[in-house]
Amino acid sequence: MMEFALFLGCTIPARLNQYESSSRAVLEKLSVGLIDIREFNCCGYPLRNIDFRVFILSSARNLALAEKKNLPLMTLCKCCYGSLKKADYLMKENAALKKDVNATLEKEGLKYEGRVEIKHLLSVLHKEIGIEAIKGKLVATFKKLKVATHYGCHALRPSQVVGFDNAVAPSLFDQLVEVTGAESIDWPMKLECCGAPLWGVNDSLSMDLTLKKLTDGKKSGADYVCAACPYCHIQFDKVQKMILSQRNVNHPLPSILYTQLLGLSLGIDRKALGLEMNEIPITGIEESLSKETELAEEKELAEQKETKEKTESNKE
Amino acid sequence: MFLKVSLYISLVIFLIAFTYKVATWFRYKIGTGAAEIPTSTRFFSAVKGILSTIFSADILTLIKIFVLDVLLQFRILREDFLRWIMHIFIYGGFMLLLLMHALDKYITAAIWNNYYSTVNPFMFLRDLFGAFVIVGVLIAIYRRFILKVPRLFSNAMDIYAILIVAVIILSGIFLEASKMVAYSDYKRMVDEYSGLSEPEELKSLEAYWVKEFGTISPNLKGPFDEKILQKGKELHQSNCGNCHARPQWAFVSYGTAKIISPIGLGIDRAHLPSVLWYIHVLACLVGLAYLPLSKMFHIFASSVSLLANGVIGKEKLTPANQATLQAMELDACTHCGTCSLRCSVIMAFEEFTNMNIFPSEKIASIRALASGKELSPQELRHIQEGVCLCTNCYRCTVVCPVGINLQDLWFNVRETLLQKGYPESLVLSPLSFYRGLMKEETVPKDYEKPLIQAKEAIAAQCDLMKKKEKVLPLTPTNRELPSGLNLSAQAKTFSVCFSCQTCTTVCPVVGNYENPQEILGLLPHQIMHAAGLGLRDLAFGSNMLWDCLTCYQCQEQCPQGVCVTDVLYELKNLAIKQVREKTLHHMERI
Repeated sequence: MMEFALFLGCTIPARLNQYESSSRAVLEKLSVGLIDIREFNCCGYPLRNIDFRVFILSSARNLALAEKKNLPLMTLCKCCYGSLKKADYLMKENAALKKDVNATLEKEGLKYEGRVEIKHLLSVLHKEIGIEAIKGKLVATFKKLKVATHYGCHALRPSQVVGFDNAVAPSLFDQLVEVTGAESIDWPMKLECCGAPLWGVNDSLSMDLTLKKLTDGKKSGADYVCAACPYCHIQFDKVQKMILSQRNVNHPLPSILYTQLLGLSLGIDRKALGLEMNEIPITGIEESLSKETELAEEKELAEQKETKEKTESNKE
Repeated sequence: MFLKVSLYISLVIFLIAFTYKVATWFRYKIGTGAAEIPTSTRFFSAVKGILSTIFSADILTLIKIFVLDVLLQFRILREDFLRWIMHIFIYGGFMLLLLMHALDKYITAAIWNNYYSTVNPFMFLRDLFGAFVIVGVLIAIYRRFILKVPRLFSNAMDIYAILIVAVIILSGIFLEASKMVAYSDYKRMVDEYSGLSEPEELKSLEAYWVKEFGTISPNLKGPFDEKILQKGKELHQSNCGNCHARPQWAFVSYGTAKIISPIGLGIDRAHLPSVLWYIHVLACLVGLAYLPLSKMFHIFASSVSLLANGVIGKEKLTPANQATLQAMELDACTHCGTCSLRCSVIMAFEEFTNMNIFPSEKIASIRALASGKELSPQELRHIQEGVCLCTNCYRCTVVCPVGINLQDLWFNVRETLLQKGYPESLVLSPLSFYRGLMKEETVPKDYEKPLIQAKEAIAAQCDLMKKKEKVLPLTPTNRELPSGLNLSAQAKTFSVCFSCQTCTTVCPVVGNYENPQEILGLLPHQIMHAAGLGLRDLAFGSNMLWDCLTCYQCQEQCPQGVCVTDVLYELKNLAIKQVREKTLHHMERI
């Protein structure tokens, strides 16, 4: 069985429990083992604005912890992914930097050699598990559902560092969305930033960018925007809700986490997927789940009813 | 008489100190919300809250928490087994000694009417409980000073706590051991309880005690005749055995007695047993009187914190109760260091020498702040930096063994300090994401103020930005700036920029404005150019720097391979560093 050290970061456990629970459920279904390392700390992303050394030490410490256990590392967050990749890249490029970082890590008995493979959840699904394998596990597919995929800047760029997908014409996420039967639409602002990095720093600019992007998605015919990053999702969900009330916009483009979308077609319990936990409701999406399964369910129900009636009549 | 008087004195001091401490729960003000609520409102609101909780279904939750978390301390067990053993031994042993031994007249004797401290099981149990505490204290010393648990800091209070417990228990053990060897104590017991007067009998009994129980007699020394010992044994059984178990049962004291037996006569002559009795009793009474002011107050406050936070959950508290809860939580902290061990941003300490980065150390500073104590500008700044360097990951709150909602505490203190304190450049980073999400719920009137202040503080250091003329002399320039951009090897790449403006063209922030220069100052390609020329002020003073999304569009598309975003990151780092150093330097001069 494939095994990864699961890097949750700070935002998911504190503010987006449904992403953690839905990811765990999906990965369990796909037989991916997850190891939790309690000693992990911040990936360094929010500290990059402040101090380079604090960023790289934070990032490297996580990598050293995963390396100690000889595990590849999987993030659910694109910003964590970008930061860890960046730190890994810089230490590989610059031996003096690596030495300096390790001199500090050594105080805790840690050391980073550069042997950890850093993956984002979507790459694991796409490359390690594969579209065909996912297809084999589906119990339902979506019909007539248009989804706007949001790639997330820190997974795509700088491409030479992150190596997630083609930075200009990525397709990994679209394939993953289409495997569920949903249509992944083309939209002009697909590769633009969600606006989250400026939320709390320059709210009006952040809102401008988010609103522009979401309006574009809506105009392009999307029913949902789909993200696989806590920052992007919160921006499209909780922050979108704040934008709607502040800017008098009344046509939201709800955001669904990819693990919620895939989880539904894998037949995972909606409670584990936390469908009700999103701020802008997404429960309507269940109506787009394919007729076949509904029929199958109805059949099952009918059968159950029949057997029940039979047993009851037998009792009589 | 001495005992009674000193006990009452220490009880009175305890009660006064206890009342004083509990009163601070209603007096101390943390956060902007607390400032306007009078103490009386907080008190009545707390009483109301407690009563309504007790007379509701929540009482069941309270009972469950009391058993699992307060008595059995499962939350410590969840964190660390060794620590749990340590704490259970100290607290369990001490509590049992308190109930069975210190309060024997009121509790033990009331339950068992044939209670004597010298008979079993009491004699054995007293030593067993004492041994528990000693083992616990030894583990505590081992963890702090030998194992050196990471980020576990020992302050004066921690050392006092270990010392007072150690003195109480060790003096108790030595007291008992010295009584075992002391001849006068033996003599007193014989006179009081035996009713023997025949010299022959007395001698036999004494020989038996010297041989078997470690009494050191000035008159008799072994080896003894078998017959005398036999006689002594019979006399012991008929006169003493009923009320005095074999001292070996008090195994710790007996072992100690054996060790000190060579100086047994001297111990007796120096009246050491009574000296030790005074030490033992006084240590207990000092411990009691000082308890509310020491770390030991956590016995009460931590229990209250566990119970309160256990039933509060996610429900909204009234602002009055919120204020009281947070003041109380300051006392509940045991300085155990779990939060610092699990904190997400601890690596920041490697670069910023500020103890307030560690959650466990922040508490003491916040306590000082809440008490209204006059703090120096440095202290205030360090607290502010400490509460701002936080990713709001809630881990400290989740792991706290006494259930303190640390995250909310930081948030509250942060907001207050940001509104009143120094310009804080840390707010110009994604650490502010959470603050943005909370703005509808916490609504500080001046939400934007700290952000504006931080930018202004940086701009204040950029003299060139204030110049009205559009033409600037290119000298003198800051030669250190280009060479200073060397943190990540990539930032140096700005020197190959040929100003093609691709970065500016693809920048979504630039694209958001009709007249971007008016709002953003220098645009990305201009910042690259300014960096190359060493025009520090222009680079640092441009809003573009702080409005950068870090989306990496510019860097991805640059035909020259300039790491534009990384250069912007480094410029931000430099600007923040300079403001920080300047503020600290300024404070030192005051």
